[in-house]
Amino acid sequence: MRLRLLSLYPDQMNIYADRGNLTFIRKRCEWRGIGFELTSCGLGEEFDPGGHDLIYMGGGQDRDQKAVAGDLVRVKRGQMFTARDDGAVILAVCGGYQLLGRSYQLEGERIEGLGLAGLETVRESGPRLIGPVAITVDLDGTERTLAGFENHGGRTYLDTGCEPLGRVRSGHGNNGRDGLEGVHDRNLFGTYLHGPLLPKNAWLADHLIGLALEHHHGGPVELEPLPDELESAAHQSALRAAEAG
Amino acid sequence: MIRLKAAVARLLGRLIRLTGKGGGTTLPGRMLLKLDPNAVDKLGARLSGGSTLISATNGKTTTASMLAVILEGAGRIPVHNRSGSNMNWGVATALLEQSGEEGLFEVDEAWLAETAARLDPHTIFLGNLFRDQLDRYGETETLADAWLDLARERSGSTEFVLNADDPLVADIGRASGPGTTYYGIEDRSPAVPELQHASDAKNCRVCGAELTYERAYVGHLGHYHCPSCGMERPKPEVSAHDVALDGMTGLSARIETPEGPVVLDLPLPGLYNLYNALGAIATARVLGIDPEAAVESLTSMKAVFGRVERIQIDQTELSILLIKNPAGANEVLRTLALERDPVDLWIGLNDRIADGRDVSWIWDADFEELGDRVRSVVCTGTRASEMALRLKYADWPAERITVVEKLDRSLERALEPGPGRLFALPTYTALLELRQLLAERHDADRYWQV
Repeated sequence: MRLRLLSLYPDQMNIYADRGNLTFIRKRCEWRGIGFELTSCGLGEEFDPGGHDLIYMGGGQDRDQKAVAGDLVRVKRGQMFTARDDGAVILAVCGGYQLLGRSYQLEGERIEGLGLAGLETVRESGPRLIGPVAITVDLDGTERTLAGFENHGGRTYLDTGCEPLGRVRSGHGNNGRDGLEGVHDRNLFGTYLHGPLLPKNAWLADHLIGLALEHHHGGPVELEPLPDELESAAHQSALRAAEAG
Repeated sequence: MIRLKAAVARLLGRLIRLTGKGGGTTLPGRMLLKLDPNAVDKLGARLSGGSTLISATNGKTTTASMLAVILEGAGRIPVHNRSGSNMNWGVATALLEQSGEEGLFEVDEAWLAETAARLDPHTIFLGNLFRDQLDRYGETETLADAWLDLARERSGSTEFVLNADDPLVADIGRASGPGTTYYGIEDRSPAVPELQHASDAKNCRVCGAELTYERAYVGHLGHYHCPSCGMERPKPEVSAHDVALDGMTGLSARIETPEGPVVLDLPLPGLYNLYNALGAIATARVLGIDPEAAVESLTSMKAVFGRVERIQIDQTELSILLIKNPAGANEVLRTLALERDPVDLWIGLNDRIADGRDVSWIWDADFEELGDRVRSVVCTGTRASEMALRLKYADWPAERITVVEKLDRSLERALEPGPGRLFALPTYTALLELRQLLAERHDADRYWQV
């Protein structure tokens, strides 16, 4: 078996240790004997929309995020839509999550996004939303928890009918108002949770690996369990931090 | 009035110390600021020799301590917040409890504008900007913008000493005016050819184009230019050549200055300490101290609290190296990898406000560099298990990793492998706890000085 991961803009969109998410997936594939292939795609570059099972995009500084927004729209929009429609798994964190929407706001300016998800990010008065966060997620009929850290100035609002990734247990979430966090549409996942996200939530990493392998191999895949004592302890530790506020 | 308020706050400081509850390094200052919010301005105005401010993401405590040693060597005893407490109250506490003719203050990056407005410093040293505690400081570019504004405001009344090798810092020379001094490394041998993966300065501050690096020394510190607008690294007046690194023991280099060359033998390890020393020598020059005299004082200096500190516990020599952000941690890891024998480690990861609540940064630090050199490691602190997890994914052998969440129980465990050298890598509040623990159990000197 083989998992082909595409890392979008690793030079620009890496601010909250996004590398940790990629390392986490790579090691969990290696330990199970699953082949792991990492491709990077940067500014000005196109990618083969049928050539990747999992597409990752992280967060960046304002200047970088703006450059990336322009590039996504100009160079990669068609490929992103094709990959999504084809069932590739997409995980976008923080700034990358904002770029999934129709637009986001930077100071006074409205910047066009991919429009891959029904959401929009605006600025409102009030401080940045910063702190440990925990959300309740239901992807397959089982309620689970994601824990992480959020740090965003933008407030994200989902269109009616657009599903969030989860509901805020503690922390701010998309906008600090409606109790929703992230976005989830079939194999598309967007969230403000970094920390990085996957090392703090090994179950989500395995869920995404499973979906990506299904996409590649065209059928359900049973993942071999791994000894996850440290992973569970790390999840609990991040969760405690979120619950302590 | 300020005299009376100062006396009250000073008395309080003594009481706190008498009770033995911590160092009281900031409480007297906090108390004073409650009594008089402008106390720093008033007490600072009494320093007849004016003030020097030191700021940077990494190395400000070390650089300020080096400069203090140099000033003391020249017979000048500064008022100095030597415990590393570098926000308004830390500065206030030092002003309150020490007497001297000139001020030497390390200042938190985000507090620099306010402290400068209060103290009207004749000299400001700016060392580097790395991503650090994003939950508190925000983006490095935002801080660089704030520093640029500050330099514009103070041009003509403050002399700036800037690191030529950090494009975020050197750029401040655009605004700081003709009285600006640069320092940097000129030797090409200790450089790495590529930027680290999570570089904090990829773009030209003038035109926004991607910078071209000829070489990098520490993180994004190196030799760069902008291929688009022609912006270049400024030529440093104080520069290091013929650099020789001697593991954890120290380093040597030839320092070129307008006054001629001097040979530096520093009892501190790593290129990051070379930068700290260069900065201290360059700042001392601005303060009227000859580089030769500065180097002589530095050669004799003892390690500064927390940065590299050695303590003997029975048969084990414990060295403490602060880690708090990816760039700083990477330099520590790179230096440890030079050790000949396998190392025993103690890593303390806390997520209190002074550490940064967000511990993501451990995934940006290159723990991979050290995995095969480690004999044992104890992870402790409020986020101990996340530290251990990071090491597991850096391919450190699982059987050598132990988690002991309670910091006060962790040290005994770390000493178990027996005689040898133990390296302690704490975040800031873990460092304070470790010192407290050592003070209680092993009679180490208390770190605060008054």
